[in-house]
Amino acid sequence: MVNGACPACGTRVLAGEAFCESCGHDLSTAPAGPCTACGACAVGPDGYCENCGMLQPTGRDHVEIEAAYSAAVSDRGLRHSRNEDAMALLPGGQGAVVAVVCDGVSSSPRPDEASQAAADVAAAAIVKRLADGDDAQAATREAVRLAADAVAAAARPGEDSPACTYVSAIVLGRQVTVGWVGDSRAYWLGGQSALLTEDDATPGTHMLTAWLGADAGEVVPHVRTFTTDGPGAVLLCSDGLWNYYPEPEALAATALHDTPLVAARRLVRLAIEAGGHDNITVAIIPFGQGERTDTTVAFPKERSD
Amino acid sequence: MTDFTIRVDQNKYLPAGSQEVHGIITVEASGPVRSASVAEAAEVIIIDTSGSMSYGKINDARKAAQAAVDTLRDGVHFAVISGNHQAEVIFPGSGRLAPADFHSRQAAKEAIARLRAEGGTAMGRWLRRAADLFSAHQAEHPGAIRHAILLTDGKNEHEPAPEFDANLAYSAGKFVCDCRGVGTDWVVAEVRRIGSTLLGSVMDVRRPEELEADFRAMTEAAMGKTVADIALRVWAPRAAKLNFVKQVSPALEDLTGRRTEVDALTGDYPTGAWGGETREYHVSVSVPPGNVGQEMRAALVKLVQPATGEVMASGNILAQWSDDPVQSTRINPRVAHYTGQQELASLIQEGLQARNDGDVETATARLGKARGIAERAGNEETAKLLDKVIDVDPATGTARLKRVVDKADEIALDTRSVRTVRMRKDPES
Repeated sequence: MVNGACPACGTRVLAGEAFCESCGHDLSTAPAGPCTACGACAVGPDGYCENCGMLQPTGRDHVEIEAAYSAAVSDRGLRHSRNEDAMALLPGGQGAVVAVVCDGVSSSPRPDEASQAAADVAAAAIVKRLADGDDAQAATREAVRLAADAVAAAARPGEDSPACTYVSAIVLGRQVTVGWVGDSRAYWLGGQSALLTEDDATPGTHMLTAWLGADAGEVVPHVRTFTTDGPGAVLLCSDGLWNYYPEPEALAATALHDTPLVAARRLVRLAIEAGGHDNITVAIIPFGQGERTDTTVAFPKERSD
Repeated sequence: MTDFTIRVDQNKYLPAGSQEVHGIITVEASGPVRSASVAEAAEVIIIDTSGSMSYGKINDARKAAQAAVDTLRDGVHFAVISGNHQAEVIFPGSGRLAPADFHSRQAAKEAIARLRAEGGTAMGRWLRRAADLFSAHQAEHPGAIRHAILLTDGKNEHEPAPEFDANLAYSAGKFVCDCRGVGTDWVVAEVRRIGSTLLGSVMDVRRPEELEADFRAMTEAAMGKTVADIALRVWAPRAAKLNFVKQVSPALEDLTGRRTEVDALTGDYPTGAWGGETREYHVSVSVPPGNVGQEMRAALVKLVQPATGEVMASGNILAQWSDDPVQSTRINPRVAHYTGQQELASLIQEGLQARNDGDVETATARLGKARGIAERAGNEETAKLLDKVIDVDPATGTARLKRVVDKADEIALDTRSVRTVRMRKDPES
């Protein structure tokens, strides 16, 4: 949103504001002014110019977030016309860090809205649930349920259902709780780097076997908690990264010796240089920093599933 | 109320610099079988009573018309027109449509029983007469289903071409007309023009005794329609060119020339009345060249009721430029299937034309190729009909025109060339 007026109430709003200060209207979905291709003031609510037909960039072409000593970077890549990945990164209570990455399914309508809704709803739900005293696994399951509802509610009659993947991590104390639906991944990077998730996809293909969406039926997330002393980092990513760099060791070698933001940017850059076929999203949460000298366990031990 | 859904099948990826986009639009209508507005529906039965109908054909036509009258639901408004070089409303006598009940059906059937075959053929005048009846009805019942059945056995010989054109244009949009040709003296192209303009089907009826069942089935189908005057509304970007809009299932119908402008970028294409049914449309758009990664909407297709502006369903045809040849060279199977069905129909029509013109070489090439497509695409009925006009050696593929062809088979092949089959195997089911 550039500086302008709220489309709902007309109050003046500033660039970068997500909601209208006066009426609360969600400005992220508002038309972004004149068409970037033909200049006509005719961009429809679905993002296509009603004069020349061009799909407008959503303002998510390249996004960076830094919070709680962690970082997340999302990029459109080279082949897609918009970024259909979404991410959220929030501090929870008691030093917890919450990260969510969602990848909109390109063949579904408005996948960018689906992924953004899922990431926003899930991250907020986890923070609230943790504050209410839930454990990380219960908070994750509730977050997936609410995110699935939000995506399902975006379906409109007469079209396919919007859909997206989901992966989240809650880093709290010595524990990492990972939840996922679809083929977005979580990695442990450190001593004995490892993939923590198992894709919900037919092996060797990108055919999802589970996703969030009105056509997905009941969504049952995988939820796992790992315990580790670190040091290292938890990495969440969409397939735009792991299509090129699936190996945990290679990811660790690239990511571990910089600040999270620099590392996330570097991984995104590598995926783009490798072809940038898909949208790329990377979130990095450092783990056990400052305790490197007294590491006892390098590889995270799984506590439960 | 009838519920509509639109589904778009396409490959949106274009190689850089490429401009042509194709999509197959599947429109599915579902909803209550019985319409709430049965009492407003209107049906006109038009029977050819020219001299050539004598010798038994008129007898079967009478039975067929009576069967159609029996099939009308109570309350449906109807009339019967006897057509030769003039048009006479033989029922009711009031000059307007009469609601169907026991007594009106009896009276109509008695009037039909008195039909005699004499005089010439002027189909345009029959249609104009029907159009006036429907217009009067529509003034009192806006939104009513308006349907006619036209039966003919001959050439339109007693009406000058300009008058026929004017009468047909006058009737367009006022009702949907399903046409039937009986015997071998009618001209497929002529009757097809009526069916196309009035958005109805055209079929050949080989034996007059088959008319009765056919008329009953047609009337039943008409009684199943629940919503009238639906249009396909197509938007295309300012710099784009809408190449064509065609119905491709259940039969081919080029709607491109039937556009009514809504605004500079949007036009309505008529589709007539709908019941519980599925139809498919092929839309092609040429868009300005774009950059790799850029996505655009090449067309927005809506199903609308133009009278009220109500949008029943909508779907996007998209274009996205890609430098990945795996993406951009893939042809959507449904687009490929219906492109093949259109080619098949053209080959048959051109082949039959060449055959009648004495151009054996062209006829053999076209019809032989058609036989191969029909076989591969699953057009079994068409393949059988082709076998009656051409021999193809299964081993060598060599085609040879048959020396003797039953005129009824040639008419059937021509008439049914526009009927398509759905994809044999739906990759998504």
